[in-house]
Formats: sequence, C-alpha cells, structure tokens
Amino acid sequence: MSVQTLIYIAGRLVKGAMVLLVIAIFNFFLIRMAPGDPAQVMAGEAGATDEIFLQQLREQFGLDQPLYYQLWIYVSNLLQFDMGITYRQQMPVFDLIMDRMPATLLLTGAAFALSLLLGVLAGVVAAAKHRKFMDSVITVAALIFYATPLFWLAMMAALFFSVYLEWLPSFGMQTVGENLTGWEKIKDIGLHLILPATTLGLFFTAVYARMTRTSMIETSRLDFVKTAKAKGMKPSRVTTHHVLRNALLPVVTLAGLQAGQLIGGAVLTETVFAWPGIGRLMFEALFQRDYNLLLGVFFISSAMVVLFNLVTDVIYCVVDPRIELSK
Amino acid sequence: MNVIKSLTHNKVAMVGFAILSMFILIAVFGPYLYDGNPWRMVQRPFIPPFQNNQYILGTDTLGRDVLAGLIHGARISLLVGLVSTAIALLIGIPLGAYAGYYGGWVDEVLMRFTEIFQTVPSFALAIVLVAIFEPSVYSITGAIAIVSWPPVARLVRGEFLSLRSQEYVLAAKLNGQTNRNIIMREILPNSLSPIIVLASLMVASAILLESSLSFLGLGDPEIMSWGYMIGAAKTVLRQAWWLSFIPGAAIAVTVLSLNLLGEGLNEALNPKLSGNREN
Repeated sequence: MSVQTLIYIAGRLVKGAMVLLVIAIFNFFLIRMAPGDPAQVMAGEAGATDEIFLQQLREQFGLDQPLYYQLWIYVSNLLQFDMGITYRQQMPVFDLIMDRMPATLLLTGAAFALSLLLGVLAGVVAAAKHRKFMDSVITVAALIFYATPLFWLAMMAALFFSVYLEWLPSFGMQTVGENLTGWEKIKDIGLHLILPATTLGLFFTAVYARMTRTSMIETSRLDFVKTAKAKGMKPSRVTTHHVLRNALLPVVTLAGLQAGQLIGGAVLTETVFAWPGIGRLMFEALFQRDYNLLLGVFFISSAMVVLFNLVTDVIYCVVDPRIELSK
Repeated sequence: MNVIKSLTHNKVAMVGFAILSMFILIAVFGPYLYDGNPWRMVQRPFIPPFQNNQYILGTDTLGRDVLAGLIHGARISLLVGLVSTAIALLIGIPLGAYAGYYGGWVDEVLMRFTEIFQTVPSFALAIVLVAIFEPSVYSITGAIAIVSWPPVARLVRGEFLSLRSQEYVLAAKLNGQTNRNIIMREILPNSLSPIIVLASLMVASAILLESSLSFLGLGDPEIMSWGYMIGAAKTVLRQAWWLSFIPGAAIAVTVLSLNLLGEGLNEALNPKLSGNREN
C-alpha cells in the first residue's frame, strides 16, 4: 500500500469520527428535549416521587451540572461504550443493543446479498432483452416493488406463505420451546430468515435492477463495446466481460450508500416478523417511551453505517486505484 | 409547449397522472362528499367488504367505517407529502445553490453538513425526531422534510457548479448584477427541470415515510391515516386480512402513480438524462 493510500484511509477515519461526534452532540440535545424530566421519569419507574429522591437522582446522573459539563460527560461516556441505562429494565443500553446486534446483522446482510444478486441479475436480463417482453416484465415488477410499503409487503408475505400456505414461519428467529442444536438449529434459523430477508431485500432488488438496467444500456453504447463486437466476440462474452464489469461500478457505489436505508427497513421488517434485532428494539423503545434506549439504538445504527461506508471506501481504494485519492 | 406534448404522448405517465388526479380529488373533496367520521363506531366490527350496503368496504376491529378512513387517509397523505417536500426544497435549494455558486470553503462546509445528514440512517432519524417532539402532523412533516433535503442540495449544487461558468452567467456578472440576482434570476430558472422531477419522486417517498411512521404508532393521534389503519389491523391479520390489504393497496397505487408521472416528467424535461434517478 502506498503512502497516499494510507493518508487517504486516515482521512476517512477522521471524517467518520467527526460525523459520529456530531451525531453524539445532536443526540445529547435531543435527550434534553425529550418530553418529561429524566429524573422524574426514572423516579416514576421506581415508584417514588418525593423531591429529595428526585434531587438525589439529579446529582447521581449529573443533571444539576452546567450543560457543557453534562455534554462532556455524555460524549466521554459514549467513547467508553457507556450509553446509560434503560429507564425500564434498568439494564445498560449498550449491552442490550449488542445482544440484539447479531440478529440484525444476519437479517440485513442476507437481505443485502440477496438484493444485490437478484437485482443485478434482473437488470442484466432486462438490458439484454431491451424493449422486449422480459424487459417490460422486469421493469414493471421493479416499479411495483419500488412503490409498495415495506411493512405491508412483509405482512402480505406472512399472510400468504405462513398463514395460507403454511410453508414458512413468520414469527421470531427460532422455534419456541425446541432446544435445537447444530445443523438443526441453523436450519431452523434459516427457515425463519427467509421471509424477513426476502421482503426487506425486495425493495432494494427493485432499486438495483433499475440501476443495473440503465447502466448496462448506457455502457453497451460505448465505443469499446462496439470494438469488441466488431472483432467477432461472442455476445454473451461481451455482456459479461465488457459491459457488466463496467456497468457494475455505479451499482456497487449506490449499494454502499444504501446501508442506512437497509437499517431503516430493518425496523419495519423486524417489527412485523418479531425478529429480535435492534430494529425491533427501537420499536420496543418507542412503545415504552424509553428515549435513552431509542437514541442509543439511533447512535449505534449511525455508527454501523459510518463503519460500513469506511470499509467500502477502503475496499474501493485498494481494488480500484483510479478512484480519486485527493478527496 | 414541447414538454406537455411529450408528456401527453407518454401513455404510462398519463395513467399515473389519471390515478393521481383521482387521488387528489378524493383527498380534497372526499371528506365533504362522503359523510362519515373515520373514528366513530358505526356498525358491528369485522364486516368484510361488499357485504353491507351502507359501508361498502366494511368495518374495522372497532366497527369503524373503512371507506371513511381511506378517504381521510388520502387527505393526510397528500398534505404531508406536499408540505414536507416543499420544506425540503426550501432547505435544499438555497444550500445547494450557495455551495455550487460560491465553491471553495462555502462549498466544503455546506457539503460536509449535507454529508452528515446523508450518512445518518434517515428512517431511524425520522423516528427519533417524531418520538422526541411528540407525534403530530407538524412533527411528522418536519421530520420527513429534515431527512429528505440532502438529495435536493446535492442535485442543485451539481447544477450550479456546471452552470456558473456559462457565458450568460459571466455576462450577468460583467453587467454588475448582484450575486443574489444571478442565483435567483439567471441560474435557478435554468436548473428547474431536474428539481421538478426530483420533487415529484420526493412526494412519493414522503407518502411512504409517513405511512411507515404511522404504522409504527407515530402518527398524529387525531388524524386517521393509511399507515395507522394497517398498524391497527396488524394483530388481526389472520382473521381479517382485508383490513390491512385495502389501505396498503391504496398507498402502493398512489406511490406508483407518482413514480410513473415523475418518470414521464423526467423523460419530457431531460431527454438525455432519463433513467438517472437514484439520489
């Protein structure tokens, strides 16, 4: 790796850290704006309301200190992965989120892989059959999935595949009451994953299919493709080796930018399918009016996106040295 | 007008336009023409659609008229979609215009600011904002506007960057016109067409966002909306699937019609760019 690449990566790291710092400060002020005095909320949960107890709570949590000091405490706590405790369960917010993290990573990862694969495939087919029947079918399907509310699609899929056909489970991540191990357990989780991952992925499949189709059609009009055809290369080889390779770059860039959207979608799919991830946790926090937990999930999901963008940036930079190093 | 001609020749866009017009008519006049309070319990609950002559689409879990809910839901969807898009434009256009026109450190600062909003998961941010400021039409509209302006700023910035060195802009500068005048009178009118296309697609995604928020229980508690109807019918999916099917189909059709019209506009206004619509 060249020095330039290292400087570039360091720059990206600093930028990511700055973004997180801004979000942390933003979070701090949002918590202060949340309805109700935090001390009173905590006291209410503990079933006490007298003034001395409230004062004790304020001192204990530093709520009587000046604002800038509180902000400093908040941010330095965040750096040590301390996000306070939940109002209700009195559990550390960070631990609760990390408990739920693997389920969300599994769901979003599966949905991402599925949508990229299916979307690119559909886009390539549509472009190859440009202005023919298959192209119209794929374009119309993409338009419909692009317009359908994710949560509604999830509910309808649950209704059809789980209630009507009874093929797939639509609740939770594992069968309740059966202590499965080894392959049985993996199979069980896999079955539970199909519906949430597919419904979450379908919206993005539509996005990638449209993007791939446009990009393929545009690339196939370029001169080097004409050259390849003119020298007698097989059409299928032109498509895969010349057009697809070059058409994929904008699609992959877009896919990297969509990590945040995927998390937003996970809140809805996890709510519908009772998938025990951080999206579902966000819904529970809303339901219990636990603002500390809510903002904790928000911060961690933002951090995930920052991290994901960082990783894709670095991969790009290593894979394709042409990408501007100056920025 | 060339644009209108090319738009009316586009059958798909016209289908979108027809559906959208119907939706707007229902949203504006529906509540006056169809007498029904969407919150009042009018009949026994769980009447399926097309079985009761008075309540054509049946009743929900509490015996409320589904058709009345649908009509009132159209109104809130349209209102939130339009107003939040207008606010997003009011934030995004000036930011993008200044960044693109002045360049340099102004551009740097404004674009860093925009980037932060683009990094943050937008739906999660909308949830947090509505929850903290308590669910109401105002907080929902504001939250949607706050998460949807970054693409506008980026688009406008790009337009200004490429237009600011055009001859007519240089001529205006030599004329001694103020920067404000050049931005408002010279460059902005010339970059309107991509903004119009983007705005039409933004209304569609704002409607989706609003329905998602109210599905999660973050709707205005005083106003009946499509997302709320689906959320309320979630637990009875097995017994009464139509209660969630009907409002969901209404959302999908409305959003689809806006997307079709937006694409038609795109082809009519920017023939060269058609197809470049993601962000």
